[in-house]
Amino acid sequence: MSDYHLDHLQYLETEAIHVMREVAGEFERPALLFSGGKDSICLLRLAEKAFRPSDLPLPLLNVDTGHHFPELNTFRDARAKELGAKLIIRRVEDAIASGFATPAPGEVSRNRLQIPTLLAAIDEFRFECCIGGARRDEEKSRAKERFFSFRDSFGQWDPKNQRPEIWNLYNGRLNPGENMRVFPLSNWTEQDVWEYIRREQLAVPSIYFSHHRTCVRRGGQWLPVNDIVPPKPNEDVRALVVRVRTIGDIISTGLVESPADSVDDIIVEIAAARVTERGSRADDKSSEAAMEDRKKAGYF
Amino acid sequence: MSAPSPSPISHLPSPAAGGAARLTDILRFNTCGSVDDGKSTLIGRLLYDSKSLMEDQLEALERSADITGGGQVNLANLTDGLRAEREQGITIDVAYRYFATPRRKFIIADTPGHIQYTRNMVTGASAANLSIVLVDARLGVIEQSRRHTYLASLLRIPHLVVAVNKMDLVGWSEARFNEIRAEFEKFLPRLDIKDVKFIPISALNGDNVVDASVNTPWYPGPTLLHHLETVHIGSDWNLNGFRLPVQWVNRPNNPTDPRLHDFRGFSGQIAGGIVRPGQKVMVLPGGQVTTVKEIWTYDGSVAEAFCPQSITLLLADDIDVSRGNMIIGQNHLPGSSSDLLANVCWMHQRPLVAGKKCWLKHTTHNVQVAVTALNHRLDISTFETLPAPAELALNDIGEIRLRTASPIFFDGYETNRLTGSFILIEQGTHATVAAGMLLPPREVVRPDATDFVI
Repeated sequence: MSDYHLDHLQYLETEAIHVMREVAGEFERPALLFSGGKDSICLLRLAEKAFRPSDLPLPLLNVDTGHHFPELNTFRDARAKELGAKLIIRRVEDAIASGFATPAPGEVSRNRLQIPTLLAAIDEFRFECCIGGARRDEEKSRAKERFFSFRDSFGQWDPKNQRPEIWNLYNGRLNPGENMRVFPLSNWTEQDVWEYIRREQLAVPSIYFSHHRTCVRRGGQWLPVNDIVPPKPNEDVRALVVRVRTIGDIISTGLVESPADSVDDIIVEIAAARVTERGSRADDKSSEAAMEDRKKAGYF
Repeated sequence: MSAPSPSPISHLPSPAAGGAARLTDILRFNTCGSVDDGKSTLIGRLLYDSKSLMEDQLEALERSADITGGGQVNLANLTDGLRAEREQGITIDVAYRYFATPRRKFIIADTPGHIQYTRNMVTGASAANLSIVLVDARLGVIEQSRRHTYLASLLRIPHLVVAVNKMDLVGWSEARFNEIRAEFEKFLPRLDIKDVKFIPISALNGDNVVDASVNTPWYPGPTLLHHLETVHIGSDWNLNGFRLPVQWVNRPNNPTDPRLHDFRGFSGQIAGGIVRPGQKVMVLPGGQVTTVKEIWTYDGSVAEAFCPQSITLLLADDIDVSRGNMIIGQNHLPGSSSDLLANVCWMHQRPLVAGKKCWLKHTTHNVQVAVTALNHRLDISTFETLPAPAELALNDIGEIRLRTASPIFFDGYETNRLTGSFILIEQGTHATVAAGMLLPPREVVRPDATDFVI
């Protein structure tokens, strides 16, 4: 009987493939949110496992904040091309120009502004369902998230009124204008993601690995020096050996000093880590309910 | 100026590099307990002692303690992720937590003890291998303990742990522990739980949670974590009757590879049993019999596949198969009926009354259904049944009779959790209003193709 046994990655994989195929079975116009980050890289491999040898039955969608790491966008475009997948990019810049998104006075971050941009893209293509790479272990309001996360016609998440999710039976029914966000990696941890990347030999953007970079000390973190918010004269600027652990905008993603230059090294580093992955994201630290508030407003 | 950026795409990691990949499996468990029995403390202890709590999480706890908790760190804030929960000091919804030891990975479904209790526990426990029922050693078996245990039995959770907590407050008394155990053993025979373990613990001090306690020399058993790490879960899936609910028909559109011109695969997650190429299978509802030509996966064809793997089946004959159909093996045939009996947990504010029409989702099959009768309501505290109730209210459990617009192919929930379960979806609102567990079929599917059954 011991032959009929799945290890943890095989279990997480079959669960995620099942979720992907339920999306293909229950929705006419789904999309997959692909940023080029490690979680969405796993999503793409799972989509291949779910749907090959057919073409992927859903396009890839990315909201480009204009503050992305250039390495990430290059990777994103190359990977989509390699898979023969359709890649749709909608830019916060364009949403601001067309009036869908309005920055507050002095608002530099694009974090909030990607919400109306995403919602406008969902409207434009009439996507009923977006698959995302969010994981429950990332953040505590996400710990309460469903695999099939229902959003009302404003894209809002109502955590107090979620559909109960029982066994592996997902309720994908919607009324016009309503929307579903689906998270096949719900039960994955950061460790699982990297172990899966190793097992599947998946390529990832080089910024996940140790490299030399000029960094500026800001808000207790090392941020990459960039043109959007250049260092002020009194700020501490140093050349460091760093890598990214999680990728957000270039103006808010903290870099960790690390010699890890292979997937194996990263797995060892995470196993010993004493800070969570999102500990390096300023956007989540701003208040205890920061993520919950963004999700209620339509963030994925 | 920033340093020159590295090339955007890395080299593939070498498969041989590094140490051997860890081979661990996953145990899913849920914790049930009432408000003050130390459930959050226990989870906090498991996470902390297994080094799954990170510095920034502790920092965030301390930050919130300064603001709201009068300086007292509250481990419950770890699991209570929503603002309303922190404000009111209650848990609203099921939260999932993850931790790992070198032996196993764990998924905890943390289910709140009071509001919406039954609904949340059913949600959190439906996929669990194991359920932990927490009992306060001072209070002993209370109504909640009986309810938790009964629900675990009804949901057919294979393993149960009764964690007798706050043993430090009863002087580590072996007699008290045995008394509580005896109270449980009085009603356990009326339930259907095969594997029950009693463990005396103190979640607050960590006794017998991760490390063995010096205070319980009279207890020869494992610590809670050791039990979680070693309990045998290999046989928790049904490997007897092959079932493949078809999720998606895999048909390449204008493939460039000529070998794929005739590719027509049926993709799904195996919901029971084992399948091999060359094996005879039947497609339901049509009843056509054919042979498995190939088990296709992204990683290549395989000689065998089993529950709960996700696969794509190629069949020898060109048969009309679509989403919602089921491909089955020759042995252990499922039931077939449009007249069903089931235990349901009602999950909506509007009570269930006989005559209500819903959508029923069973495996990958959606069908209209009418509730024809409410047979009885279960009192989950006394295990008594109350016949012919007028309605089932939110959090009620009862046996109902249903009529589906077309037959479904199913097993009793006690035989197979995947093919024996369903949800009801309200028409109009599309709310998920019930979780259902089917009673064993009264007759098995009767194939028209006579060569199928010997």
